[in-house]
Amino acid sequence: MTGQAQAGRPIKLLRNLNAKIASIPMILTALVIFVGGTFWTVFYSFTNSKLLPRLSFVGFDQYERLWAAPRWVTAIENLALYGILSLIFSLVIGFLLAALMDQKIRFENTFRTIFLYPFALSFIVTGLVWQWVLNPDFGIQSVVRSMGWTSFTFNPLYTPEIVIYGILIAALWQGTGLVMCLMLAGLRGIDEDIWKAARVDGIPMWKTYLLIVIPMMRPVFITTIVIIASGIVKVYDLVVAQTSGGPGISSEVPAKYVYDYMFQAQNLGQGFAASTMMLVTVAIIIVPWAYLEFGGGRKRG
Amino acid sequence: MKIRIMAALLAASVALPFGAANATDLEVTHWWTSGGESAAVAELAKAFDATGNHWVDGAIAGSGGTARPIMISRITGGDPMGATQFNHGRQAEELVQAGLMRDLTDVATAEHWKDIIRPASLLDSCTIDGKIYCAPVNIHSWQWLWLSNAAFKKAGVEVPKNWDEFVAAAPALEKAGIIPLAVGGQPWQATGAFDVLMVAVAGKDVFNKVFKDKDAEVAAGPEIAKVFKAADDARRMSKGSNVQDWNQATNLVITGKAGGQIMGDWAQGEFALAGQKAGTDYTCLPGLGVNEIISTGGDAFYFPLLKDEEKSKAQAVLAKTLLDPKTQVAFNLKKGSLPVRGDVDLAAANDCMKKGLDILAKGNVIQGTDQLLSADSQKQKEDLFSEFFANPSMTPEDAQKRFAGIIASAD
Repeated sequence: MTGQAQAGRPIKLLRNLNAKIASIPMILTALVIFVGGTFWTVFYSFTNSKLLPRLSFVGFDQYERLWAAPRWVTAIENLALYGILSLIFSLVIGFLLAALMDQKIRFENTFRTIFLYPFALSFIVTGLVWQWVLNPDFGIQSVVRSMGWTSFTFNPLYTPEIVIYGILIAALWQGTGLVMCLMLAGLRGIDEDIWKAARVDGIPMWKTYLLIVIPMMRPVFITTIVIIASGIVKVYDLVVAQTSGGPGISSEVPAKYVYDYMFQAQNLGQGFAASTMMLVTVAIIIVPWAYLEFGGGRKRG
Repeated sequence: MKIRIMAALLAASVALPFGAANATDLEVTHWWTSGGESAAVAELAKAFDATGNHWVDGAIAGSGGTARPIMISRITGGDPMGATQFNHGRQAEELVQAGLMRDLTDVATAEHWKDIIRPASLLDSCTIDGKIYCAPVNIHSWQWLWLSNAAFKKAGVEVPKNWDEFVAAAPALEKAGIIPLAVGGQPWQATGAFDVLMVAVAGKDVFNKVFKDKDAEVAAGPEIAKVFKAADDARRMSKGSNVQDWNQATNLVITGKAGGQIMGDWAQGEFALAGQKAGTDYTCLPGLGVNEIISTGGDAFYFPLLKDEEKSKAQAVLAKTLLDPKTQVAFNLKKGSLPVRGDVDLAAANDCMKKGLDILAKGNVIQGTDQLLSADSQKQKEDLFSEFFANPSMTPEDAQKRFAGIIASAD
């Protein structure tokens, strides 16, 4: 019986053979380039490679030096602050904009284009534009002062305590348009009948949004958070264009530390150690969350 | 009829490349992009084109910190350019050791570089294991204080003759709404200013003990404490210079918005381009007017190893051209730096340049920090000083402690 069944059916490994062959390049790419590259980086972070990678192991020296460096600690603090704030603000502002858009307003397409337009610019361009807007000698401060209010001070990029907010403003200007579009798509996916039912039951609009619509938009929120979060971890060009880490080291971010030490300082080992730390940080946050979200998620609707 | 025209066109298209076969295109990368700098590099291109070859300009904006990583990754990534600028010394050390650079010893011997290049430390910095790997093109010294005469006139004080007078004049400048000292946001500017203060305040021996012998005890000692005091003054005076790039900071001095700037002699190119005259519009103080010593770092061209034989030949021609007396004069006059050979005619040099030549002739020179420290140690210094200059709550004592730590682990 069993023998007959085996003869009748192709063995498991050969099922969908075409699809499997077709996916070999992707599997190889993933393994060799992504996983392989990651291990290579972690491996060489334990050496004292300078300009070129070389195998002379120094244990955890690079990590000790990394965490003793004030610049790295500042970079991590900045990333945490920037990350939390930009996550909250871009979600809130993006959702509010989308909710307003969804009120069947006139010229919706025009508004959508205006809000989404900044996203079409590269971070470098955004950064340079905002560097000028926020420059005290040319930008907002000087415009307001020339209108007569001479004591007006708005100088985020050259004030160490608040420089990170100056960067945040530019990031939000660029990023919220995309969040708005994603949210709008989510809102459009909500069945019209739910709104009608809520209206019949006399539930106020804000309550409908908060208690019915937002929970229904869970998948959209997750997609959006993943997109925003990946942008946060790798923030680099915006900082380079706006402040190049200054004043001093007060707007440094981890990705810039990695780049500067790998290439400017010609110290690959230190750069690898820093990038490994970035990977670990991401893994600590993302892996448990992804496991909860996708691994055990079958029960949820 | 038609066919004939077609044939003629075809023939022409085949023949043309042959006609130009003698001219070898050589891509040269560098980070000379400010007004004065690009005027200078145009002189090099002109001289090289005159040899029948062709200079393909590969300028990378954003100064060395941005450009070097791009150059290095192109060389290590197997896409080398024909020639590339570095601050010679230790920046390209490992590239040479990895066998990625062309050995120039043959050109150097044929052209007697050993006899004509002065100071000898320039060629020494190009030499690794007895072989010469780069062609120095200029001497750059960091130790200059550039002062705007107009700014001091406006503030009603005399143009200072040394650092102490400058510090004393700062309150008057501030009262007139002028930033006393322009320091741009790029980390190397603050670092350079500190190194300059060190030579001026603590002197040559201390400088050598710290950066050459890496003596951490001296770095933590009272001599350097004085330097940090001076850096503290400089930090206070630099408040309000809201610019990033060095040439923007120089521009503050040119336009009289700032009193002065500690910057290398390359700033002179900017003054020249703005049509200002040394002595009347601006004043330069070598060694901050305290200690007339100049460092002799500089720029050099390295030639990555190429497989193409034609291009290798063109590389040799370029190396020779760069050190040609005529090229040296034309280039350095525009660049505001000193030529690497002593036997050239510099009658056209201006006041500041003559001061520099004078000091050079007296032999009051030190090596540049690029020649003494590895890029890694330089970067750590940059992190420290850019933080120090931007953060008034960091005390000079704390900064010195960290400085001594960097020197202790320097290589």
